[in-house]
Amino acid sequence: MRSADRPLSPHLQIYRWQLTSVLSILHRASGVALSAGTILLVWWLVAAASGPEAYEGVQDFLGSWIGLLLLFGWTVSLFYHLCNGIRHLVWDTGHALDLESTYIGGWIVVGATAVLTLVAWVAGIARWVS
Amino acid sequence: MAEFTLPRNSKIGTGKTFAGPLGSTRLREFKIYRWNPDDGKNPVVDTFELDLNDCGPMVLDAMIKIKNEIDTTLTFRRSCREGICGSCAMNIDGTNTLACLKAIEDIEGAVRIYPLPHMPVIKDLVPDLTHVIAQYQSIRPWLQTASPPPPDRERPQSIEEREKLDGLWECILCFCCTTSCPSYWWNSERYLGPAVLLQAYRWIADSRDEKTGERLDELEDPFRLYRCHTIMNCTRTCPKNLNPAKAIAEIKKLMVLRR
Repeated sequence: MRSADRPLSPHLQIYRWQLTSVLSILHRASGVALSAGTILLVWWLVAAASGPEAYEGVQDFLGSWIGLLLLFGWTVSLFYHLCNGIRHLVWDTGHALDLESTYIGGWIVVGATAVLTLVAWVAGIARWVS
Repeated sequence: MAEFTLPRNSKIGTGKTFAGPLGSTRLREFKIYRWNPDDGKNPVVDTFELDLNDCGPMVLDAMIKIKNEIDTTLTFRRSCREGICGSCAMNIDGTNTLACLKAIEDIEGAVRIYPLPHMPVIKDLVPDLTHVIAQYQSIRPWLQTASPPPPDRERPQSIEEREKLDGLWECILCFCCTTSCPSYWWNSERYLGPAVLLQAYRWIADSRDEKTGERLDELEDPFRLYRCHTIMNCTRTCPKNLNPAKAIAEIKKLMVLRR
């Protein structure tokens, strides 16, 4: 029997999710989200350049539930991608590649993402309401 | 291209259940992937109940017990039963490891056993390793030299030079790491994968080898080496506690340094 005719053993379906693979796929997902989010930024800038009415419309959208949710996702993606990107830079120097450091570094990235996102939103909301 | 679902002929059905002996107090379920090349059917998962009071401590012990006493057609590779041959590599409880080194006690609930992931299956838990072995051959895993050896002895190596091979020579080529790597799953045609790259580094790091430049030339390729995205599943799963990700990072560093 040719290899191509044999069944393929299960992979994603059965492999245990673990911090290593989860953070890796999140890095890619957050990168994609940031690219998509850039469209939002462009839209905002174009509106700001074209006049007060257009700008008002974008601001209304961003202040709505959906807008706030998109902005929140975008900030989480930004901070996660930034922190994990730094982790990748450290790895590229050949450091922190043992399993223990990988896990410590991974949790630091998760924690830093939470803290930075929180700080950004507290600061943002404080300015918004004042 | 990445195919996230299983092909039609690989979808897994439910198989038979073999109930454990009556009156046993420590019953444990073993759910094992089965595929028979001769019956033309899709793979299934069979359930075997074993009394742990009447079974050795390791997953391999349970599998040998099943083969001896319940279903002699259960097919798997095994040889040394002490973690040195690499034959019984398979996916147990969601991660790749050697059945002989995995204690049943360390697994909660049913013991789920599948072949090494994303590989063509020959039968049951036996994957077709032809392609990974060919990839291993492609890195020329032997000492390559240009200069003649000393006439009266072997090529010398200092203690410090020899120490650079620690953590590399211990690899038993079980391919647990390679088949744990999602990047290898999606690009196995061209990406060499962690086991083969660790072996490549084992020869690059060898002070006696005189083809380091050629070895690096061979690896300087977007797929062969650079499909490694430092996911770290390889290091996480290695049953010998080696670090393929570190070896790959060292190769990448050498690529930069020689520019």
